[in-house]
Amino acid sequence: MNAHFNPEMVAIILASAVATYVTRIGGYVLIRKMKNIPPRMEAALNAVPAAVLTTLVAPAFFAGGIEVKIALAVSLLAGMRLSTIPMLLAGWAVAVAIRHFGG
Amino acid sequence: MSRSEFSEGITRSIPIVVSASPFAVLFGAIAIANGQTIGEVALTSGTIFAGASQLVGIELFGHHVPAWLIVLSIFAVNFRHVLYSAALAPFVEHFSASQKAATFFLLTDPQFAETLKRAETGTKVTFAWYMGLGLPIFVAWVLLSVVGAYFGRLMGDPARFGFDVLLPIYFLALVLGFRRRSNFLPVVVVSALASAIAHKTVGSPWHVSIGALAGVLAAALMPPAKAEEAKSASGAAAEDSQ
Repeated sequence: MNAHFNPEMVAIILASAVATYVTRIGGYVLIRKMKNIPPRMEAALNAVPAAVLTTLVAPAFFAGGIEVKIALAVSLLAGMRLSTIPMLLAGWAVAVAIRHFGG
Repeated sequence: MSRSEFSEGITRSIPIVVSASPFAVLFGAIAIANGQTIGEVALTSGTIFAGASQLVGIELFGHHVPAWLIVLSIFAVNFRHVLYSAALAPFVEHFSASQKAATFFLLTDPQFAETLKRAETGTKVTFAWYMGLGLPIFVAWVLLSVVGAYFGRLMGDPARFGFDVLLPIYFLALVLGFRRRSNFLPVVVVSALASAIAHKTVGSPWHVSIGALAGVLAAALMPPAKAEEAKSASGAAAEDSQ
């Protein structure tokens, strides 16, 4: 355990940081260059958050064990009525309970 | 800076910090195991600040993959941010240039979702509120990565405490936040199927970009009448936020 830096690692980190920042500012720069946004592009942009966030959930559901599948299903139902924290607690409790008592 | 706006942002950041914490600790622990030093862990979390891509990057580094391929994979995982910053453009137009530079540096998945949610309920997104939301997430992310680097191996497998399910549930909560949008169901179904298939066939991290692209294309190909609806809806939200 130490705090020194390997030059190759630092180069990889900083290149990745620049690449990441380009993705974070890139969409803004591109959209400012366009005067009018066509309706289909507007619809596409409107779909972005749900589309991207879904890709972070679906593989976890399909690749996860039965307890992850049930926890996500319970969370989905809870999320229709409850806010984020109770939803997190409900899903987490279900996964832990199944692992503890079911496994 | 408005103090109340700033603290309102901090309040919104709490569930995000809670659900992201185990992943910061996990990243620190894996990074040390894969050959990073404590200083490099802090540098990674403080300059890249994108959890999923950091885990992908350190995983590849552990497998001695060429440097350019590590950088490219991190870029691919983070490509979704292009869409985020495009979607946020109308709501941060009143920020100064340096405020925008800081704003986009802090643009993570939950930061984007919370900001868009606020803008679409007609509340103006102020720089103070945005920083109140983003800075605690950033500070916690960097500090807990370092904590993970020191102590992470003591914790062992995050699945032991069920922490591994927190992140997908949190992302699911964010998805549900958009359920009243036009095209919500077709977009979610297409993205879910495409990302699950891509995850199985092409593999991680490409499933994120492929799945998102499929959902976005589905929305663009829907009948234009719906697109008009979406346009007037987001136009109204944009006007409300002025």
